[in-house]
Amino acid sequence: MPNQTDARRTPTDPATPDILMWGKGLERTYVTGEVSVQALRGVDVSLKRGELVVLLGPSGSGKSTLLNILGGLDRPTAGELHFDGHDLTAANDDELTRYRRRSVGFVFQFYNLVAGLTARENVSLVTEIAEKPMKPEDALDLVGLGARTKHFPAQLSGGEQQRVAVARAIAKRPQILFCDEPTGALDSATGVRVLEALERVNTELSTTVLIITHNVGIGEIADRVLRMSDGKIIEETRPGRRVRPSDISW
Amino acid sequence: MNRFSSLDIKLIRDIWHMRGQAIAVGIIVACGVAIMVMALGTLSTLRASRDAYYERYRFADVFASVRRAPESAAARLREIDGVQTVETRIVRLVILRIEGLEEPANAQIVSLPDEGESVLNRIVLFGGRYPETRSADEIIISNAFAEANGLGPGDTIEAVMNGRLRALNIVGVGDSPEFIYALGPGTLLPDDRLFGIFWMRRRALEAAFDLDGAFNSVSLTVAPGIETDPVIDQVDDVLAPYGGTGAFDRSDQLSNAFVESEMEQLKTMAQIIPSVFLIVSAILINSILNRLIQTERQQIGLIKAFGYSRWEIAWHYLKLAIAITGGGVLAGFALGFVLENLVTQLYKETFRIPNLTWRVDGLSLIIGAAAAMGSAIGGAMSASLGAAKLSPAEAMSPAPPVNYQQGWLRYILQMRWLDEPTRLILRHIFRFPARTAANLFGIAAAVMLLIGTLFSFDSIDDMMDQMFFRTNAHDAAVTFFEARNDTAVSELSRLPGVLAAEGVRDVPARLESTWRSERVSITGLPANASLRRVLSADGRYVDLPETGLVLSSQLAGMLKVTTGDTVTAHVLDGTRPVADLPVTAIIDESIGTPAFMDLSALNAMMDQPPTVSGAYLKLDPRHQADFEDSVIERPGIAGVSLRAAAIASFEETLQETIYIMMGIYAVIGGAIAAGVVYNAARISLTERGRELASLRVLGFTNAEVGYILLGELALIALVGIPLGCLGGLGLAHLIASAMATELYRIPVRVDPSTMGFAALIVLVSSTVAALFVVRRVRSLDLIAVLKTRE
Repeated sequence: MPNQTDARRTPTDPATPDILMWGKGLERTYVTGEVSVQALRGVDVSLKRGELVVLLGPSGSGKSTLLNILGGLDRPTAGELHFDGHDLTAANDDELTRYRRRSVGFVFQFYNLVAGLTARENVSLVTEIAEKPMKPEDALDLVGLGARTKHFPAQLSGGEQQRVAVARAIAKRPQILFCDEPTGALDSATGVRVLEALERVNTELSTTVLIITHNVGIGEIADRVLRMSDGKIIEETRPGRRVRPSDISW
Repeated sequence: MNRFSSLDIKLIRDIWHMRGQAIAVGIIVACGVAIMVMALGTLSTLRASRDAYYERYRFADVFASVRRAPESAAARLREIDGVQTVETRIVRLVILRIEGLEEPANAQIVSLPDEGESVLNRIVLFGGRYPETRSADEIIISNAFAEANGLGPGDTIEAVMNGRLRALNIVGVGDSPEFIYALGPGTLLPDDRLFGIFWMRRRALEAAFDLDGAFNSVSLTVAPGIETDPVIDQVDDVLAPYGGTGAFDRSDQLSNAFVESEMEQLKTMAQIIPSVFLIVSAILINSILNRLIQTERQQIGLIKAFGYSRWEIAWHYLKLAIAITGGGVLAGFALGFVLENLVTQLYKETFRIPNLTWRVDGLSLIIGAAAAMGSAIGGAMSASLGAAKLSPAEAMSPAPPVNYQQGWLRYILQMRWLDEPTRLILRHIFRFPARTAANLFGIAAAVMLLIGTLFSFDSIDDMMDQMFFRTNAHDAAVTFFEARNDTAVSELSRLPGVLAAEGVRDVPARLESTWRSERVSITGLPANASLRRVLSADGRYVDLPETGLVLSSQLAGMLKVTTGDTVTAHVLDGTRPVADLPVTAIIDESIGTPAFMDLSALNAMMDQPPTVSGAYLKLDPRHQADFEDSVIERPGIAGVSLRAAAIASFEETLQETIYIMMGIYAVIGGAIAAGVVYNAARISLTERGRELASLRVLGFTNAEVGYILLGELALIALVGIPLGCLGGLGLAHLIASAMATELYRIPVRVDPSTMGFAALIVLVSSTVAALFVVRRVRSLDLIAVLKTRE
């Protein structure tokens, strides 16, 4: 099983300048009453600048837990985590908030748009607190929604809402974009448009993108595919050539 | 077997889950119920104790004063139809000399029969004994006066009786139903140190005041069911030849009128103030239930799909409102008992009613509980019926997303200078106008209630200012036993320390306009008087015209007359002339229902030479002691009151209660604001928790998310507080007019500092309540929002 060997051989290498983020020996144990569940069992992971990575795995494999830790929403119970030269392992709430505010973009499965704000306003909600954001209109143009800026979420389709969410996530020019099942609530054709938006962000802005999904097909658009099972990364593959989102379906 | 149905268990868990909000509503209900229980309970205690006192100690029904009537007149009074018991007596004011007291003190001295006890207005004896039969110098003194001056049986007190200093031996301490509220001459509040009631054997008083075989006061009872008005007319007819000054019944008897007026105020308080609390609690219950039903939509659909009826669903949510309110009602009972006990203690100081002790009044509890439950059901009804009406299929699908539209506000809301969080706040405010209005009302109601209660302290200031400074520039007021030639004024002006003296004459009269009739005292003041003046409603001095009558606005209202109308004055003194007098001005007086005339015009109407019944004096402060020494030895003087002493006593009495009352009002006003804000913020957090958590994930800080959550409430408070100030002015006017009696009227004055204080209390309590909710922003589950659908 060459891939498994590969995964073990490609641990994080802090010294490499093109590594944006790396974690080593990451563990996360949830304790509820007398039951303790180990969601991550020593994960080594690294993400390069400008890379598009897809994290695959069935429900309960620990991929969301890993995303929460990488995204600064949760802390590992063991292991260490570094982002662009900063140690996030023991960051407190304020430091994690700052990390999310400056460096991270999120795209959620259920869009999580603010119902009381229009598409443009949802984007500027984030650009207002960012240091060097792009114009909200430009972000919406990038996801193909330049004509729908004044619509409220309730007036947009699911795919359009998700693309607003992508625009919102990238408008602050984050170094890394975390997408948690971004197409999970969408049909195939709509999902493809969302993936196109993500790919465009990745290629045009050189933003590192991590997509977690249980949809194997999506792996074809990635530079690298990580596969998780039972709290560990069990496989890493590098498709030779990235496929365009319009060429995949599910 | 489980005694609770599954729905009831859900109900209990729902309440436990929203316990913060339930407690907030409960506190507001408790305040409303407590005030109602306190006011109605105290009212019932006061009424029951007073009625028992009146009955047991035979408080008379009709009273009359007369200059000097022979005892034979009493026989004719007994012949009047309906009259049961008649008791004649001698009642006089005397000046006292008390060791260590700088101010002159007064006593009302009342005769006892020469043997035994009085038949009417009997004395309840707390200590000592009755004066010996025909004793010339033994007295019983009133309990409050004894306590205030540390006097008791065995002590001696000096009184100036008809110009002669007499030593009186105290043999007993007692009270009578006639003097539950004992006011000295020229005072507004009882001052137990400077005014007392003395009872003395009649023979001694006849001798002291040259009233052998005569009386100057009579009280009588009428048979049950007999109207007092015809009796009063006949008493007046009998006593007129002897200088009768008009009989009156209990409603005009000063002590009783004050008790009645206090009871009226308690009734007003029980009606107005709790209703503000209960309206706010109904609004809160409505908003809580609406929110809960929104959250439980799918459960409701499920329950209905199981076969539960509409009525069972509606009743389920009504029960929730009833349970929350029920807790508030019980707490309100407890708080009400505490307040009632406190107020009863305060009343004990003011109203000398024996056995005035707090007791549980069942009716006040029933009324309080019924009012609270009524408001709860009123608040819960529309939400509960809405839940009942949901069709199962519709309910089980998720609620449609809130559709924000670009309405007429788009131009404001699209302004570029608005940041997005602020735009979000504004849009939320306008998207839910009913909820915004409810929160606005809640905040405004808190401010309104605070101003509606706290304004009374400003008004008392205003009353004091008017009474003691603007209208009365004198340092001392002297009352004569009876009307005298105005040379008495110049005699007074020659006393040491007197800088100026002006005469005054009070004449009892009945004023009539069409079928309305009021018994008043017409006060004659000299032209260009400077020591006692009258003010118009806008605060300007009014010169008394040479002819005609100047009426207080209160009296003009009672007679339904205005400037230019004519009233008929039936004078109840002297030759009892009747005159038609034009009303030449309406003036503003807080105390009583006075009527004024030019002194010369009054004497001319009485067809008498220049006559006065008292005088106002300006004193040289350096010689005040000399004045006091010399004035009390002059014959014919019934009483002397010093303005400085009156002010001091007024302030002392108020200081005692003012901080307690302000504290109570501040706490209950703050409770409303805190309840409204806590509830609104909790609902907002429940509704928008997911949105706010998403923003936290996107990198917003706790403070920024807190701003979005609370900015709306801050803005509502910003608008609600000035609205509440306006409403407070309205409430102050409502309360003042509801509480106005013939005895006094509360002028409406609201100082900016009072508005500021009300606003501050509301801001502080709102902020504290808001901080309680903001704590929860920290514990928003950031991970859950990534995975859950709304």
